[in-house]
Amino acid sequence: MTTKTPADNRPLSPFMLGQYYRFQWTSLLSIIHRVTGVGLSVGTLLVAAWLIALATGPVVYADFAKHLTAWYGQILLFGWTWALMYHLGNGIRHLFWDIGWGFDIKVAEKTGYAVVASSLLLTAAAWAVAYFL
Amino acid sequence: MSLRSPLSRARGLGSAKDGVHHFWVQRVTAVALIPLTLWFVFSVANLAGGDYHAVRHWVSAPSVAIMLVLFILTMLYHSALGVQVVIEDYVHHEGLKLLSLMGQKFLHAIVAAASVYAILRVAL
Repeated sequence: MTTKTPADNRPLSPFMLGQYYRFQWTSLLSIIHRVTGVGLSVGTLLVAAWLIALATGPVVYADFAKHLTAWYGQILLFGWTWALMYHLGNGIRHLFWDIGWGFDIKVAEKTGYAVVASSLLLTAAAWAVAYFL
Repeated sequence: MSLRSPLSRARGLGSAKDGVHHFWVQRVTAVALIPLTLWFVFSVANLAGGDYHAVRHWVSAPSVAIMLVLFILTMLYHSALGVQVVIEDYVHHEGLKLLSLMGQKFLHAIVAAASVYAILRVAL
């Protein structure tokens, strides 16, 4: 269809962010789930690069490890750990929704808090293992 | 009145002809990734500070190499499904959408092949 009909100009629901909707905790968590998902897809390249560096040899691996242990590498790894733990926890929340549990708004808000708390705890636990064990 | 044939309705595969396959595989990989991710993160955290030889020694254990292959392949499959949905949601130009959907699948396949090769090279 090349010509615009009145039906094409019907109003669409506005984008979820901005002045149109009241701020909702649960929608913020939903956005973060997608953002961390895309971020983790990119982060997978880091895991692949690590394995390839390991297979290549000690010189390349030492060079790679030097970047990961530098301050910017540590920040990247910390962010990656948290994104992974958030996506993991919220993914489990999604799996419960898939079997029909937790759709009630009050429950969804509470499980949202639990996901954020568990992501912080698991991230802290992983870094405690890395630094103190 | 529905314009769909009774056979089409019985198959329940919808217009994309694959029914809930995408949805289902995303869930299957998600469930598999729960133990795999926790295993990977805490194993690597435990390995932190280890040098080249320590890490190679860890990867060369058969159980670790197998778990790594499972983790990386499951994660990349899950990632390909997720990135596909994001592209379908935000890329509206038909040609660009087709190209990026194909491109992301190729990219995921390349990373999968390279990662498995690297793991086997260290382990075998």
